[in-house]
Amino acid sequence: MATTLRRPTTRLPALPWDRIIPWVVPAALILLWQLLAQVGVINSRILPAPTDVVQAAIRLTLSGELLKHVGISTWRAVVGFLIGGNIGLFFGVLNGVSRPAELLADSSIQMIRNIPHLAMIPLVILWFGIGDEARIFLVALGVLFPIYVNTFYGIRAIDPGLIEMGRVYGLSRRQLFSQVILPGALPSILVGLRYALGNMWLTLIVAETIAASSGIGYMAMNAREFMQTDVVVVAILLYALLGKLADSAVRWLEKLTIAWHPSQNLT
Amino acid sequence: MTYTQTSYPQTQFTTASGTHVWLNGVTKAFGDLTVLDNLSLEIFPGEFVAVVGKSGCGKSTLLRLLAGLETPTRGEIALDGQCLKGLNAKARVMFQDSRLLPWRKVIQNVALGLKEQARPRSHWALQQVGLDSRAKDWTTVLSGGQKQRVALARALVTQPHLLLLDEPLGALDALTRIDMQRLIETLWQEQQFTALLVTHDVEEAVMLSDRVIVVQNGRIDLDLPINLPRPRHVGSPGLTELKQQILRQILQN
Repeated sequence: MATTLRRPTTRLPALPWDRIIPWVVPAALILLWQLLAQVGVINSRILPAPTDVVQAAIRLTLSGELLKHVGISTWRAVVGFLIGGNIGLFFGVLNGVSRPAELLADSSIQMIRNIPHLAMIPLVILWFGIGDEARIFLVALGVLFPIYVNTFYGIRAIDPGLIEMGRVYGLSRRQLFSQVILPGALPSILVGLRYALGNMWLTLIVAETIAASSGIGYMAMNAREFMQTDVVVVAILLYALLGKLADSAVRWLEKLTIAWHPSQNLT
Repeated sequence: MTYTQTSYPQTQFTTASGTHVWLNGVTKAFGDLTVLDNLSLEIFPGEFVAVVGKSGCGKSTLLRLLAGLETPTRGEIALDGQCLKGLNAKARVMFQDSRLLPWRKVIQNVALGLKEQARPRSHWALQQVGLDSRAKDWTTVLSGGQKQRVALARALVTQPHLLLLDEPLGALDALTRIDMQRLIETLWQEQQFTALLVTHDVEEAVMLSDRVIVVQNGRIDLDLPINLPRPRHVGSPGLTELKQQILRQILQN
């Protein structure tokens, strides 16, 4: 009896399904979006079809406009990140290893950290005008605190037994720092780096949409004036792409520097 | 790369000999709490001394004083006739937890702090503990016993004159512990360093040492030479008798 109920087994061809399946839902959504836009259910002023967005991207790339805006945005992001990141790392390390420095500076830094840095925009415009300095300042501010907090706690969370061991085994203060403290804090610092990169793009988007004459944010705001919804969507997708790239860079850095860490699926 | 297959002659690195340790009226107090009380002790070069006692009796503090991790409140410590100031450069400590750096491979852990000939010396030390084949592994994939063997190699790589063992086998299972005891005994016999073993395992103390010291309330309660021939065997009558004698001494107070 049971054998008659058995269904013929549908054997799936040997494809890397684990890699394909996560893309099924996004692909289906884009397909649906395209369909609805073509039929006219979605007004192209509200959301243009994916093909229109691609066309807009190609048009902007060929005119060189896209590259120019991406270039200037990336430059602002990198400069702001380097300034803020280095300040955060410096104070994180200093307060992490020195109790007097922590007493002196930590509570002040925590107070400033609790001000939403985007709330500073009016003041920053008053200080720096609407030039690049204002945007770089805001990005630096957004990057500084995640790096600071994670560096500080990364250093403080190191097993004191390891530091004691390093001393008994004759490491100098400098060796102790470079061979025990810094590598021990690195996983936490890299978590801070991830948060910082997220903050970096977020800050830049807001800063560029409020006052700028170039950059991806400007391109989006300018397109809005002319109701070019497709360009706006291109700008949004660009931010997503750049954010993803930054995240991948950190992942690569993690593979390179903390391969020993449990988070890296050590085998 | 080629070093892993090479065997190093014993004489190349074995030049160590033991430190003479002398404690005179050493008192250590933390605030109102006196942990060691006017303790005097002499350990001869190449001697293996075990310190046993209940937890909190001050035996670990004694070891930390000899490592230079603590300074005595009163009294003095002399090594080979020289007063100990700051960290003890002649000594190496093996801790109960292996304290290996997880971000370094096994060989780099052994080479910690070495300036010259770091690679050949580290391979030599790993050969001594039988783990040279794991030189390029991460420490996180090793078992507890293997980690302690790497920690032992790290302690021995500089050919210390004084090896301080702070309950190094306390966290190991019984079988691994017997292996490690044999290994420590063999390496001690070969390299002739002075060894001080702090342990709560009386049997281990009698198995390994030339002399067992019982510390009670910060003082030496018993100083008992162990004149049993080596290698010693668990359960041999002489060993059991000494073990009982020491246990009685510890438990009567």
